[in-house]
Amino acid sequence: MTGIVSFGAYIPFNRLPRNKLEDAFGNPTAPGNKAVANYDEDSITMAVAASLDCTAGLDTGDVKALYFATTSNPYMEKSASATISEAIDLCDSVRTLDFSGSLRVASGAMLAALDAVKTDIGSALVTASDCRLGAAGGQWEQFFGDGSAAFLLGKENVIAACDGSHSISADIVSLWRGGEDQFVRSWEERFYITKGYNALVTAAVNEVLKKADLKPADISKLILYAPSPRYHASLARSMGFEPGQVQDCLFNSIGNTGSASAPMMLAASLETAKPGDKLLFATFGEGADAILFTVTENIEKLPKRKAISGHIESKLETMTYEKYLNWRSLISMEPPRRPAMQQPSAPALYRNRKQKLSFYGSRCLACKTPHFPRQRICVHCRSKDQMEDYSFLGKKAKIKTFTVDHLTYSKDPPMTFAVVDFEGGGRVIFEMTDCVPDSIDIGTEVDFTFRKLFEAGGIKNYFWKAMPKR
Amino acid sequence: MSRGIKDKVAIIGMGCTNFGEHWDKNVDDLMIEAAYAAYEDAGISPEDIEAFWLGTHCSGYSGLALSSPLKIDCKPVTRVENFCATGTEALRNACYAVASGAYDIALAIGAEKLKDSGLSGLVVVETPSDGTRPNYTAPSSFAFVPPAYERKHGLDSKTMKEVLARIAWKNHKNGALNPRAHFRSEVPMEKILNSPIVADPLGIMDCSGVSDGSAAAVVVRAEDAHKYRKDPVYVKALSIVCGSGTGILEQDFDFTGIHETHMGGLDAYRQAGVTNPREEISLAEVHDCFTPSELIIYEDLGFSERGKGWKDALDGVFDLDGALPVNPDGGLKSFGHPIGASGIRMLYELYLQFQGRADKRQLDDPKLGLTHNMGGWPWHCVASVCIFGKDKG
Repeated sequence: MTGIVSFGAYIPFNRLPRNKLEDAFGNPTAPGNKAVANYDEDSITMAVAASLDCTAGLDTGDVKALYFATTSNPYMEKSASATISEAIDLCDSVRTLDFSGSLRVASGAMLAALDAVKTDIGSALVTASDCRLGAAGGQWEQFFGDGSAAFLLGKENVIAACDGSHSISADIVSLWRGGEDQFVRSWEERFYITKGYNALVTAAVNEVLKKADLKPADISKLILYAPSPRYHASLARSMGFEPGQVQDCLFNSIGNTGSASAPMMLAASLETAKPGDKLLFATFGEGADAILFTVTENIEKLPKRKAISGHIESKLETMTYEKYLNWRSLISMEPPRRPAMQQPSAPALYRNRKQKLSFYGSRCLACKTPHFPRQRICVHCRSKDQMEDYSFLGKKAKIKTFTVDHLTYSKDPPMTFAVVDFEGGGRVIFEMTDCVPDSIDIGTEVDFTFRKLFEAGGIKNYFWKAMPKR
Repeated sequence: MSRGIKDKVAIIGMGCTNFGEHWDKNVDDLMIEAAYAAYEDAGISPEDIEAFWLGTHCSGYSGLALSSPLKIDCKPVTRVENFCATGTEALRNACYAVASGAYDIALAIGAEKLKDSGLSGLVVVETPSDGTRPNYTAPSSFAFVPPAYERKHGLDSKTMKEVLARIAWKNHKNGALNPRAHFRSEVPMEKILNSPIVADPLGIMDCSGVSDGSAAAVVVRAEDAHKYRKDPVYVKALSIVCGSGTGILEQDFDFTGIHETHMGGLDAYRQAGVTNPREEISLAEVHDCFTPSELIIYEDLGFSERGKGWKDALDGVFDLDGALPVNPDGGLKSFGHPIGASGIRMLYELYLQFQGRADKRQLDDPKLGLTHNMGGWPWHCVASVCIFGKDKG
């Protein structure tokens, strides 16, 4: 039996109420919020967050493939999955691959992963994440949100077994973005909804139901990609599903998160799924994929994830539209009178990748003092070269002292810096993020989140930041 | 443990430029001004100097930065750098060279030209790195101190803010009496308390300014000093210590005192034979880069008991007319901090005070003075503590 072993998801803390777009441009907007990645987030950092949620409490030693699905890869050339793999501390014999180019890319990556685990490579992690841009004042700017999901696929401890799938490929022009395009472009929607979304998804769903000898009424939850709530509801109805069978598309609270959209809905459905439930997962983009899962008894053994329910209400709704424009670099801002950030050195990044991406320091074998960054001579007992690797991730940590800095450059000023002490020893100064200054004090417990500290010379400088517990 | 060179060398001439925004001068102009003022003060000609030490953080590299503008031809010129103790480091090296007998007469000069960069605050040119260090500013690293101090010593944040403002107020009051200072007016407490926040709780008036400047000192062996002038100033102690970084690796460090300043102070007191600094030191020029720095320096250097520095500050102990005047020349608050120049600028005030040349700031017969610099961060820094005296012995 192959299928889903675990799942996780991530929704950014910041939400932009859509009525702020109405305030900006005057045109009426859809209700609800769009989830907005902070200035230090992108599809890589959100994928790391979802992957850590997915693998929390699990041994990742046998994860031998990491597939990253996105249409908004931070680099055109340079693998994001390699960064994600280091950040979540997978072994170095993992097969990392970026899947890209279509809104259907996540279901494709999941099918590829299911094929891979059948060959006994071990288990495979698939993470989908997107952070797409719609042009100012347009429908897509309102509709799009940012977020991610992750699934561990394997043969052991399967919580949702894959019972079949069907894929259709069709070269249809619906949404696209060329190399020079900053924003998503689209054809007139009546065409691609009718001939594309409705027709192709229906064909894939019908085929997978036929192969499994099931009818729509046999399905517990239909997890259907939603271009918009209206088209989502009408396609589900036309395929013969009742509203109660259809998984909410998260449009009101998060928005359409692109290739991560249907996977996030799948994560939400797994949060409430019961053994025996049949889940039908259907995606669209230059064709359609339909995958049928049957939930097993193992789902009751999987510890609760943060997933969607653990993130959706943890939010800050105070951001302005101007801040959104700045975070996405859509507005020219006055440069700070501070030194330009220096491009990180590639050899230093490579030497220190375990420290920087996987958040390892060193611990003295003689006196057990943990150090970050790694040291060769123990600060406590002066033993030389008696160090072991020591992971700081997952250790409890509290603020020793802090300040709110109005001078340093940040796209989300003011920047809070905190001296953080780890349970078991070790101390690190962190930039804090997703932090309302009034919410912290000396002694406040913090979590850690993988973020982009800055970008210089086109190199994205990822490291960990502290944040108040969500 | 250092043996020290108490009373082995003396300062026989000094020069110090005005500190400030020298839009019309480059670093060469500032060094020429300071060096020639020192020559004139010592009654010597430029050719008399046998060896030179230049302290500059980022305004020039190698000895050529000094030999070229001063037209020093084929003599030993060494450029040194040690963060905010850079100027003191130049002096220390010149003193040791003379004490060793290698040279009879040496010049220590510090200089910095910061105002040509167009940036706010101090700028450190970083070596290539993996970019992990958080982008905290100098004020934010010292802003970690007040909340920790409040917790440990039971102050409320309002009192803390007043203590810090009182320190800034005192230094500006002193600086108003100093024609060489960058900022030469008193600043009302209200204005300090309400200045815009830079790094909470520090406002802009809790921070030292950014300035250009240079200062120089001529060093000879003590036995030769009276050949040059009747009132030389004697070097009693020169201590520079660097921390191991324990403050940011281990959890013992609590941000209410600076280990390096404390250890540098103990070393300097031992070299100078000082056992009760509060009583024996007549005046101190300390590194008030930010107001919390000066507060904890009082305690680190033994001017105040631990946890009592804030009260002494409010009681005026460190005022110009207090028991132990601290930063009588106006400090970094009034002078700004041209990094390489600051340490020697501090010595210049002691020199003037011992010689009775401090005009409106003149103290009543000071005998022993201390200079202190601290470069880096409260948890990891270079600290210099030096002691100078009016008399031998």
